[in-house]
Amino acid sequence: MSHTPPLLLPRVLVKQACRALCILGALASAVDLSAQNTPLVSGGVGFFTNTNGGKTTYTPTLSPVLEAPVGKHLLFESKAYILESFFPKGGNQGYGTSHFTGVTYAQGDYLLSPHLTLVGGYYLIPFGTYNERLAPIWISNFQSAPLVTSLGLMGTGAGLGAQFRGNAIENKRVSIDYAAYFSGHSGNEQVVASRATGGRVDLYLPQQRLEIGVSYGRQLERSRTNTYGTHLWWQPQQLPIKIRSEYAHGAHAQGYWVEIDYRLSQFGGAESTVGRLEPVFRWQQTFRNSSDNTDGLPAANTQRTDFGLDYHLPHEVRINTSYARQFSSTRNVNIWETEIVYRFLFPAWKGK
Amino acid sequence: MMKTSKLLPLATILLAVTAAAWSQSASTPQATAKALAKKSAIPLAEGQRVFEQNCSRCHNPPEGFSSRISGTIARHMRVRAGLSEHEEQAILRFLNP
Repeated sequence: MSHTPPLLLPRVLVKQACRALCILGALASAVDLSAQNTPLVSGGVGFFTNTNGGKTTYTPTLSPVLEAPVGKHLLFESKAYILESFFPKGGNQGYGTSHFTGVTYAQGDYLLSPHLTLVGGYYLIPFGTYNERLAPIWISNFQSAPLVTSLGLMGTGAGLGAQFRGNAIENKRVSIDYAAYFSGHSGNEQVVASRATGGRVDLYLPQQRLEIGVSYGRQLERSRTNTYGTHLWWQPQQLPIKIRSEYAHGAHAQGYWVEIDYRLSQFGGAESTVGRLEPVFRWQQTFRNSSDNTDGLPAANTQRTDFGLDYHLPHEVRINTSYARQFSSTRNVNIWETEIVYRFLFPAWKGK
Repeated sequence: MMKTSKLLPLATILLAVTAAAWSQSASTPQATAKALAKKSAIPLAEGQRVFEQNCSRCHNPPEGFSSRISGTIARHMRVRAGLSEHEEQAILRFLNP
């Protein structure tokens, strides 16, 4: 018989929480807010199914986001994941379950100047585009992340430390934004991070609606390896098409993905029955140079093609379906994925 | 990673909610007027352009939300999308036509 220990707050955590609350109190004493700066709760809730090689996993997921501005220059933001996974056990023994609760990020953003923001805390690593922009369940077109996503993300996709980011140049012809970070090591169960550094620079041409970016990351513990990445995004003016692509090169593997989505809004408008449809296509390849079981990429060279059909229902509900065929020297598999996601966004409390 | 620790998410939520409570309680009418005056200096069309070129690159616009959180959304987008202060103000203008 197992005994569950009572839930006690460690003294260190209580001390740190009190300290943080005191700092927040001091900051709040000097706030100067408009009525538009009410804190908000956002995020997504969804039900996911994934059939890989004939085995289906069901995953209900909740991903809440909290945003709380303090004064004119400060923003606290945090995102978490709460999910339950129901997966088939081997040998026809029914289904097993696993539970996961984790913080994706919990950071404070201080707006130092019109072009510079200091980020501190547990933040998403700015490498490539997927981790920061496309990963939220209410944004991603496909349930599965690209195979190459884990390169440059230092294991968990999050860093613990500081980050400088902002917009260097912005006018009607060009926009350049940047991010540079340093992360320390953390082995805490909920705040896992590696000692690492890196950053990203994006060049965006508004008239062409073209974005080109480069990323760099250096692991400062264990192997001390470098990772390089580049991305190219294009949204043609005349058509509701988005073309996104990314390439990453690590010490032991490399790969790329190209994704094209076409919202059929030209057929009766974006709110029409047909206009709510969005066919999506993704092509990706990974190449293994030498063995490494920590970089998250497949052990052998892999090719994968995803065909998706998403449907945008009213009231922020979205249904995503996809079929993928994955080819590899170790195994070829069919992957079917479906999901229904509701995106929510509301003030943290009722107004007057 | 699959093991659950309830302490950190709890502490994070507590901190965020406390910060939220403090920030809301400190709103002043003078600040609201100042913000409204600032936003009106930026044309609505520019706000729409900034929104379409930056926010819409990654996601569809939300169907609707309270104007009370428009400033929070604009500030979040400034940090996440690497926008300048001017672009943040333009988005705020677009969200409050």
